[in-house]
Amino acid sequence: MVAKFAMDDDSVVVVIGSGAGGGTLANELAQKGVKVVCLEAGGRHEIQDFVNDEWKSFSQISWLDKRTTSGSWRVAKDFPNLPAWIVKAVGGSTVHWAGASLRFQEHEFKTRTTYGAVEGANLLDWPVTLAEMEPYYDKAEFKMGTTGTNGIPRLPGNNNYKVLAAGAKKLGYAEFHTGNMSINSKPRDGRGACQQIGFCFQGCKSGAKWSTLYTEIPKGEATGNLEVRPNSQVLKIEHDAKGKVNAVLYADATGAMHRQKARIVAVAGNSIESPRLLLNSASTMFPDGLANSSGQVGRNYMRHMTGSVYGLFDRPVHMYRGTTMAGIIRDESRFDPRRGFVGGYEMETLSLGVPFMAAFLDPGAWGRDFSSALDAYDHIAGMWLVGEDMPRETNRVTLHATEKDKFGLPIPNVNFDDHPNDIAMRTHAYGRGSAVYDAVGAVRTIHTPPYPSTHNLGTNRMSANARDGVVNKWGQAHDVKNLFVSDGSQFTSGASENPTLTIVALAIRQADYIADQMSKREI
Amino acid sequence: MRVLDKRTRFNRRNFLKTSAASVAAAGAVSGGMVSMTAMPAWAEGLTAIKPDAAKTLLVMVRDLYPHDRLGDAYYEKALASMDQEAAKDVTLAGQLNEGAVALDAAARKLRNTPYAAIKAEEDRVAVLKSIETTPFFRKVRGDMVVALYNQPEVWAKLGYEGASAEYGGYIHRGFDDLDWIKDA
Repeated sequence: MVAKFAMDDDSVVVVIGSGAGGGTLANELAQKGVKVVCLEAGGRHEIQDFVNDEWKSFSQISWLDKRTTSGSWRVAKDFPNLPAWIVKAVGGSTVHWAGASLRFQEHEFKTRTTYGAVEGANLLDWPVTLAEMEPYYDKAEFKMGTTGTNGIPRLPGNNNYKVLAAGAKKLGYAEFHTGNMSINSKPRDGRGACQQIGFCFQGCKSGAKWSTLYTEIPKGEATGNLEVRPNSQVLKIEHDAKGKVNAVLYADATGAMHRQKARIVAVAGNSIESPRLLLNSASTMFPDGLANSSGQVGRNYMRHMTGSVYGLFDRPVHMYRGTTMAGIIRDESRFDPRRGFVGGYEMETLSLGVPFMAAFLDPGAWGRDFSSALDAYDHIAGMWLVGEDMPRETNRVTLHATEKDKFGLPIPNVNFDDHPNDIAMRTHAYGRGSAVYDAVGAVRTIHTPPYPSTHNLGTNRMSANARDGVVNKWGQAHDVKNLFVSDGSQFTSGASENPTLTIVALAIRQADYIADQMSKREI
Repeated sequence: MRVLDKRTRFNRRNFLKTSAASVAAAGAVSGGMVSMTAMPAWAEGLTAIKPDAAKTLLVMVRDLYPHDRLGDAYYEKALASMDQEAAKDVTLAGQLNEGAVALDAAARKLRNTPYAAIKAEEDRVAVLKSIETTPFFRKVRGDMVVALYNQPEVWAKLGYEGASAEYGGYIHRGFDDLDWIKDA
């Protein structure tokens, strides 16, 4: 029985966003008997609506509302209005995520201590340790059915993995396998096993990949405690005279405005919209934006050091067949400053179809150098490089000075400059990626620049001290105790791992905290 | 391992549709020379792009994304999609028609010949380089990289199989059939 709550019901927790953070938090709270209204800006597209077609899918599920970019990153030049490739739909970016589910390493929660002072970086230790997170990582992996945990076998390796693994072996790498993937390798939790369809980024047609769309959300709805409202774009969070949040203003699909009252508000709109919403919620009491006494809202935007390496071979690979990202080499994710940078990176299999290869291989390129690579499309193996980038105060999401969205609110601008550490790491990673493919006889390797950001992090970061960040170790705003941040924007640093598992683990942990605080009448 | 047959499958219908164009394609492949003295039928089917501009743009798009294995029909289809946009957008129509004229002017300046009549691909590329920063060039390049490579017929030529869910994925169709790496 799906719940329906009244707009003036001020006992509900309002969760903004239904992805890895919001969708998980909403279900976890609903399971505990807490009443939840989940407002999702995008529409509800179910599995049968997904299409195995890159551009069609892109227009179906992507967040395409206008954004601007600035800074020296190449995305600003190639995709000036598309800083991020994320989803606007029920399920959020768990609809298009690849499924890679890795725990952060102990030192990655303590970057300031481990790396020391890095010039031009705003490093800070997390107020949480790996030891504190471990029980929640356990719960997240069990919930998501992560392969390589809980006795769940890893996925079989596809052709793209075979090339990666053979190269890794020749180079003497020790830790490579088909990953810890939240994609069923056998039927589990009412969902089937992976059919090796490919198109993981376009919404999983078999439902083997974990997504809040068809796990957390229907489970939460089944409790009778969760109401999900799609096509509901939140414009402003409001507060009372004491500075506690008490309602959110949102627009429905027709553009009609509604005010949902709330006991607690949790923001999980991904790391561009979440800070934008806090900034757009400025008031007389909070002139710099909600929860922004530190001035850190929108700052420390991280997007991972990324890049791709494609290897062209004289024999066929057909990299697009099968699970997109079930393959990883982990040896370079260690902390080892002798390589010329702090932090580490993962090498993970990646494939794009012809339409996206053409668009992203080397944006702006033309001529034979470019087209000859596409001529070899079925002879290409591909990997994605994902590593820790440095938080910088100047890498930030701000409100555009003049441009407004259809509701009259300033659109977000994303400013980003690579830190020298990011550049050193990328150079190293390109070299090692090429070496992997050269070891198995690549005739040519191509270094592809970062795609629009899929991992958007850090713009409402956690800190032990209120002056250093936006939220505390529970994701609770330092300034407003019934306001929470529940997505990757609360990350203090980015680590080298794909972020979703940590977002989910934090959401499970946050739900425990919220329920506890509610029962104690603290919030 | 299961590989794809990339040869063009001729049937009477698509042969008739593409035969006029494939003469020009053969010219492009053999020496970069595209001889189109007569007005090709496909160019007359365009609404916003003028026939002379269409001839120039076709050669331009081939030079942007040269695939010797692809006949002109694929490039014409990509251009036709841009023509449809231009039919609804006067500014774009003007940009394309004027851009083609400007491209010819640049070609005359560098090689004393209209663009499509320059024989060597490298000479045409030099002309394109000279206009690379113009909005016209960027518009054609950006739109064509989508329109050319978003054609299922082109995917087949490049060895990409497109949608797979309706065929049951690749679990029984070669997701792991790579056989040239020992011990893989």
